[in-house]
Amino acid sequence: MTESDGYVLLALFLVPLGTAVLLMLVPSRERAVIIGVTALSSTAMLALSLYTFASYSFAEGQQFQGVLAFTWMENMGVLGADGIQVKVGIDGITASLVLLTGIVIVPGTWVSWKVQHRTKDFFVLLYILTSGVFGVFVLLDLFFWFMAYEVALLPMYQLIAIWGSTRKEYGAMKLMMMLMAGSIFIFTVIFALYTHVGAGTFDMEVLINAQKDENFQKVFFPLVVIGCGALGAMFPFHSWSPDGHASAPTAVSMLHAGVLMKVGAFGVLRLGFQMMPEGGAFWAPALIVVGIVAALYGAISALKQTDMKLMMGFSSISHMGYVFLGLGTVNVIGWSGAVLQMTAHGLMTALFFLLIGGMYDQAHNRDIPNFSGMAKQMPIWTVFFILASLASLGLPGLSGFVAEVHIFIGAFRAYPIVGGLAVLTAAITATYLLRMLSQAFFGEMNPRWTGLKEITWAERAGATVLALAILTLGLWPSPWIDRIGPSIIQIAGVGL
Amino acid sequence: MTDVLGNALNFRYALLLPEIVIALTAVAILFLDAFKAEFKVGYRALPLLAVAGLLGAGALSLVWVNETDEFSRLITVDNFTTFFRMLFIGTTVIVIVGSHEYIEKHVNHHGEFYALLLLSTVGAIYMAAARDLLTAYLSVEVLSFSLYVAVSLAKNDLRSGEAALKYVLLGGVASAMLLYGLSLIYGVTGSTQYTEMAAALSASDGSTDMALMLGLVLVIGGLGFKASAVPFHMWTPDAYEGAPIPVTAYLSATSKAATFALILRWFAGPLYPVAEDWRWMMSTLAVATMVVGNLVALQQTNLKRFLAYSSIAQVGYMLMAVAGMGPETASALLVHLGGYLVTNLAVFTGVIHFYNRTGKEGIADLKGLAETNPYLALVLTAGLFSLAGMPLLAGFFTKFILFQAVVEADYLWLVVVGVVASTISLYYYLMVIKQMYLYEPVGDTTRWRISPTGYLTTGALLAAVVVLGIWGTPLYRVSHEAALALFAAG
Repeated sequence: MTESDGYVLLALFLVPLGTAVLLMLVPSRERAVIIGVTALSSTAMLALSLYTFASYSFAEGQQFQGVLAFTWMENMGVLGADGIQVKVGIDGITASLVLLTGIVIVPGTWVSWKVQHRTKDFFVLLYILTSGVFGVFVLLDLFFWFMAYEVALLPMYQLIAIWGSTRKEYGAMKLMMMLMAGSIFIFTVIFALYTHVGAGTFDMEVLINAQKDENFQKVFFPLVVIGCGALGAMFPFHSWSPDGHASAPTAVSMLHAGVLMKVGAFGVLRLGFQMMPEGGAFWAPALIVVGIVAALYGAISALKQTDMKLMMGFSSISHMGYVFLGLGTVNVIGWSGAVLQMTAHGLMTALFFLLIGGMYDQAHNRDIPNFSGMAKQMPIWTVFFILASLASLGLPGLSGFVAEVHIFIGAFRAYPIVGGLAVLTAAITATYLLRMLSQAFFGEMNPRWTGLKEITWAERAGATVLALAILTLGLWPSPWIDRIGPSIIQIAGVGL
Repeated sequence: MTDVLGNALNFRYALLLPEIVIALTAVAILFLDAFKAEFKVGYRALPLLAVAGLLGAGALSLVWVNETDEFSRLITVDNFTTFFRMLFIGTTVIVIVGSHEYIEKHVNHHGEFYALLLLSTVGAIYMAAARDLLTAYLSVEVLSFSLYVAVSLAKNDLRSGEAALKYVLLGGVASAMLLYGLSLIYGVTGSTQYTEMAAALSASDGSTDMALMLGLVLVIGGLGFKASAVPFHMWTPDAYEGAPIPVTAYLSATSKAATFALILRWFAGPLYPVAEDWRWMMSTLAVATMVVGNLVALQQTNLKRFLAYSSIAQVGYMLMAVAGMGPETASALLVHLGGYLVTNLAVFTGVIHFYNRTGKEGIADLKGLAETNPYLALVLTAGLFSLAGMPLLAGFFTKFILFQAVVEADYLWLVVVGVVASTISLYYYLMVIKQMYLYEPVGDTTRWRISPTGYLTTGALLAAVVVLGIWGTPLYRVSHEAALALFAAG
């Protein structure tokens, strides 16, 4: 990856932002134009993220690649020599997360063409959110990093409150306030880091490599975990997540559970472990406890849910618990697992929400006991659903397996008992998923649903994209592992 | 020419031209208004003349930017003064252009109204320019008296008179406090000139002087009234609610910014040597203002009262910077003031046009605005999100810089309070935005448009809010220059 690839990284978040601005200028009644623009733009994002992923290859001694920096505000007053920069660059971890975002936004866009109410506004907000997510992954200056982080959160309120379902106002407000409360902690940490390092810059590379006092790290590391963990639906800061997911419109659930929650976990990694390795080492056991509790709690709660989206919400908490568990092991294999799990869970949860949304739009019902024998009525839908479920419960050959195996090995290396509990969680996961499958898809056909049609072509296409990605990651994970692993080894304080 | 003491007087009178032009325009407006029958002036002539005068003054002050004169240490024209000149002139222009329809319909005595706005602008500018307690105090009164009258000018609204009366009485008490405090400080320092006061205070032995402390308390109380800091904020919601909305906008913008200009001049100048004596007072005031302003704003149902409390909360953030006063915090405060002015004017101009159409000012009356006028809903949403400090908008950038500077001044705890407060504020701003986007319009559901001048002002303000949010460097640079001038003057 060369410096000129830095422009690709810039384009990653400028394309959705530019699309949002462009869409604002299109009159709302021109649906064809809106669909055309979003089709082009989402394809461009996928192409850019594929290019980013493909062109990244690990090179010894380079923490970040494709680094490109523009001075945005120079040496004046409060700001030191470098001031604030627009600086982009990626490592193997973000390369894989960028690819995940690119893969999820395409089906997200396709299924959203169904939105009839204020379609234009929906896409404007959706693309602003996407821009923020890409920004968090590629920006290397804390000012802009935090700005992108907030940009990713900001549109959530309107997206859920206007286009959502069931308790949408409540869900939207709860989500917004909890995540914003989380960003108080992040804000504090950013300022504390800036002052403590005293280099007069928000440049993340400088901040990562600077000397930091051990006590400072011990104090501020947990703040990162709370702040970013809230976005990652980390137990006990998860309670916005089931409500938010249950009420969000399809594409927002997909992006949110698929990508935005990963931003939280990624924040713990980048802002927490990379900036404060000693603090991370000190608090890692706590993270393991939190991770395993979340995994178990999410799985057990999912057991008793009847609303499909709520079940997936709790299932996400459980799967994100694995991610935090993996991070808590602080060894290369556990971390690789955590990053892989971000991708794997992102893909399959996006597929789940796409499918549930496709069905809910017709049936206006998501209660599992109300359904049975859907396999006869909607066979294609069923096939995709089963694929997503199998990926979720960690069947070998699908994405979830690769990730979970890494995490379990990492956990056994760190604390065998935790590894045991993690495997137990996987068993519970299998229970609730298989039970849902047997209830809703097989058995006698419920005559109430004979009117249901197969999911639309856009949804089938979107589901195919996601299913292909799940299969690729499951069968041929080495492109991911080759990028993630070496980048992790470079991070200070990670054991083997 | 020499003064009474025989010093040579070589003033650069050209530097005073902007204020002279504004004052003369005010007189011309009064004159035209008095003889409008004779001169057959159209009803648009007065605002046009006012805007022309203001733009001329603005251009004149840019001609001599970077040039300085002290005028016998009574008034200084430097970059700090120019910064505020441009802010105040811009504010008045926007208030006049954005609200002339409102003024025609809902305000008595148009000539007086425009003249008062112009005169108060002069007062505000001299608050930023004063280098002597007497000129400073006179400027404060020029601003205040103009506004006491302007508040009372709403047509057919009994609340207007009540608001004016409250404002006059409490403002008078505040002025008295201020004056008493100033006289005590004068007693300690033996001079009314900032430079000599600073020298006298630096030369003192560092022990706490009770007279000085009492003077500081009274001065901060008086300024707290003018800036509506808690616990001196009681008049604010009533005055804001009763005044014609353009005057409310003006109160929340110019009057507040001028008070902060004065605070900066005093607390970065003559009172800077005794900073340790007042920093704690300012930080206490900041915490009280942020907490109370934000919590009370949660319960408001009237848009104007709501915006009053929201602006009180904003004052709290600005007081944080005063508590951590230094060259960096001063320039960050100027950045924030600039962003706040633009944002607040965007919201108020939006509200004015909403009122022009509907004649309503309740928060619940905004229901369905996104359906009936999506553009106006967008302007209000951008403004409110910016006030809440959301990214891509001016508020995020200016608040970040402000908090950053306060952290650098070792007030991390104060910033934590500020960030928590601003998260609470997001809740009530969202509650207003919710009304516009989540509900169907009640009653009149036809689409409507705002006037061309409305598009002009809201469009410019919306663009400014967005541009400052993504590229604030120019504002930062001029603020930095202004802060350098402020500390160079001492």
